[in-house]
Amino acid sequence: MEEIGLLMQGFAVALQPENMLLMLVGVVLGVLIGVLPGLGGANGIAILLPLTFAMPPVSAVIMLSCIYWGALFGGAITSILFNIPGEPWSVATTFDGYPMAQQGKAGEALTAAFTASFFGAFVAVVMITFVAPIIAGFALRFGPPEFFAVMFLSFACFIGMAKGSPLKTLAAMMLGFLLAAVGMDTVTGQLRMTFGSEEMIRGFDFLVAVIGLFGISEILCSIEDGLRFKGQRAKIDLKVVLRTWAELPKHWFLAIRSAVIGCWMGITPAGATPASFMSYGVARRMSKDPNGFGRGKVEGVVAPETAAHAAGTSALLPMLTLGVPGSPTAAVLLGGLIMWGLQPGPMLFVEQKEFVWGLIASMYLGNVAGLLVVLVAVPWFAAILRVPFPIIAALILTVCAIGAYTVSNAEFDIVLMLVFGVIGYVMKKLDYPLAPLVLALVLGDRTEEAFRQSLLVSNGDIGIFFHNWLSGGIMALGIALLAWPVLTWARGALAGGFGRARAA
Amino acid sequence: MTLAISRRSVLLGLAAATIAGGAEARSWEPNRPVQIVVPAGTGGGADQMARVIQGIVSKHSLMRQPMVVVNKAGGAGAEGFLEAKGARGNPHMLIITLSNLFTTPLATGVPFNWKDLTPVTMMALDEFVLWVKADSPWKTAQDLIEAAKAQRLKIGGTGSKQEDQIITAAITRATGAPFTYVPFRGGGEVAVQLVGGHIDATVNNPIEAVTHWRSGALRPLCVFDEKRLTATEKMTETQAWSDIPTCKEQGLDVDYLMLRGIFMPTGVKPEQVAFYEGLMAKVRETPEWKELMQQGAFNTTSLTGDAFRGWLTREEERHRTLMQEAGFLANPS
Repeated sequence: MEEIGLLMQGFAVALQPENMLLMLVGVVLGVLIGVLPGLGGANGIAILLPLTFAMPPVSAVIMLSCIYWGALFGGAITSILFNIPGEPWSVATTFDGYPMAQQGKAGEALTAAFTASFFGAFVAVVMITFVAPIIAGFALRFGPPEFFAVMFLSFACFIGMAKGSPLKTLAAMMLGFLLAAVGMDTVTGQLRMTFGSEEMIRGFDFLVAVIGLFGISEILCSIEDGLRFKGQRAKIDLKVVLRTWAELPKHWFLAIRSAVIGCWMGITPAGATPASFMSYGVARRMSKDPNGFGRGKVEGVVAPETAAHAAGTSALLPMLTLGVPGSPTAAVLLGGLIMWGLQPGPMLFVEQKEFVWGLIASMYLGNVAGLLVVLVAVPWFAAILRVPFPIIAALILTVCAIGAYTVSNAEFDIVLMLVFGVIGYVMKKLDYPLAPLVLALVLGDRTEEAFRQSLLVSNGDIGIFFHNWLSGGIMALGIALLAWPVLTWARGALAGGFGRARAA
Repeated sequence: MTLAISRRSVLLGLAAATIAGGAEARSWEPNRPVQIVVPAGTGGGADQMARVIQGIVSKHSLMRQPMVVVNKAGGAGAEGFLEAKGARGNPHMLIITLSNLFTTPLATGVPFNWKDLTPVTMMALDEFVLWVKADSPWKTAQDLIEAAKAQRLKIGGTGSKQEDQIITAAITRATGAPFTYVPFRGGGEVAVQLVGGHIDATVNNPIEAVTHWRSGALRPLCVFDEKRLTATEKMTETQAWSDIPTCKEQGLDVDYLMLRGIFMPTGVKPEQVAFYEGLMAKVRETPEWKELMQQGAFNTTSLTGDAFRGWLTREEERHRTLMQEAGFLANPS
């Protein structure tokens, strides 16, 4: 067990007092960064990267990865309390987290989210520790067709989540695809649908849209309801953490399944956002009570959070072993590695043992430190809901505007955010679901790109998606999931038709 | 090259003189934080370089004001260029460029030209190498070309109608061998797609593929430069960067280098340009910079002033010709 020995050495490095301090600073900074929508982990690390230039690489990467942990934890906070996802992968957490907060169970939702995150990340770190080389090889099998198959599966899982009219779901999803297509087309190198406007060149950033669609429209709805916050005033103390913990073990299977989905999506590397959606979709599909989802079910918080964190953590693996970042944050960390004179890729594990194992040990410790920090803060976070609505609404609006601006330092994005707020409000009133739009917006261009890359490779032969067991298998699974509701619906319609026919 | 070296030493002399006479009345210094715009996403080659410069400036206290890196990647960098174009007279903005300085306006028709900026200095030139999988049967560039003539092969690269695709088109033009070009998002991704066998060859920059070369997964065939790379340190058991033949030696007459340069908006004063010229000269003398140059096997040519302008004029014309031949121009005329 060479790994254990190396890991212990890693712990010795990470447990030096100054590194412990950096870890704590990193986690707290990360939580703050995660709470502010727009200022995501990637931005946060990019801003702080130069500060670490003077540190030894191990200390620097420990602090930066702790910021990453903190941001992963922090993203859930605003999703649950205000229906504003602080990070892309927290979108799915709002579906049940926010209804829970409205029912006065904010403390429970936060505790469940943090604990699930911890579990997901922990599973992924254990996997990195012991099976890194095998898994890294698996990631190499993913070319454009396989990547498209994974994306297709994410969408297929999601169709099962549609509540209400399937046509409205489809319409919302198509709008998302349309918005995702604006801006530079990577495959042809042409600008699309910018109408000659310089501001449109950037395309629609997912975060700006989400802040508007969720955050601003929520405020508009609350104002319509008479300037009062729907969050119930529950008694909140630290005991809520223990109470929730007593409830959580019965979701063990859900947590393990979500962690597996997350690890797989992180390595492929599709990333944390599709992982959270897919895990939520599967949890709902497999649940005995699918209709309870979206109305404040704790499973609806556990599933996406576990998967998002497992994916976020395992995304570091392809970065370390192949030099390909699995997430934007990992991409910035990658830049950091090169700056410290470390060459990411297959040779890192061979030549920089101290660094790699120090990093892995800091993943264990950072995760624990992160959990402690956020759990202690749960009552304070939940207490925010007690502030009178007119005050909090103004604060949220400010934070949203700062967030939208930060995404790409553009004033125009604040206008866009407000426009998306109105669109979101209208869609809510007309009962169009927002989630399919968001999913299509965040995955749309990657999906389209993978599809067209595959067809380039195959000279337009659609059979490439079934050219081997891997992409063929994933595609078949996706098609089966897609066809499932149609089949059930058809059977129901037929049976109903016969029933009426007989009655007549 | 000799000209470049002599210019460089003159410049260094000037920089030293500036340091010595720091209190001189005519010298200018930034009085606000300096923004360095990256017309590309986080984690790419230009972004890395900007962040290394930022780190070096703060670590060695080369400037009193802080330096801030801002990514403006929209529209293959058009967003960043248009911002710099609109910031006329702002002495607190720098922009670091890659080849999209030429390719983006030519391919998309975005109203921008390098003459809308003030050239400050060329930091380095990035090399391109032809890579194949180590277990492929192709040992030389000619092997690959012959194979491509028999059966259409796939070359992967970063982006569309940018440097990688221009080189691919130039190879086809020089040899008649057709290739299918498959665009990906970034150089690291391209290298891994090659290791995974999803494409047949790449024209990655050295720094993007070096780790896979060292691990024995990839094989370099030739370098797209007029002369061999200078780094002689052994990267694998048997080979150093300098052991890779040039493509010309292998009968493939294509060469291409990518600019890594620093620009300012137009309408800035000469002493302001001089300040940044001196600053960047100091950056290039630090051990961190030399380490980066060595790791990425960069061509460390550096130009300023009129020599740099002349180089830019020639390169723009060259890009226009290359892109016209490949049919990549937005407004062919």
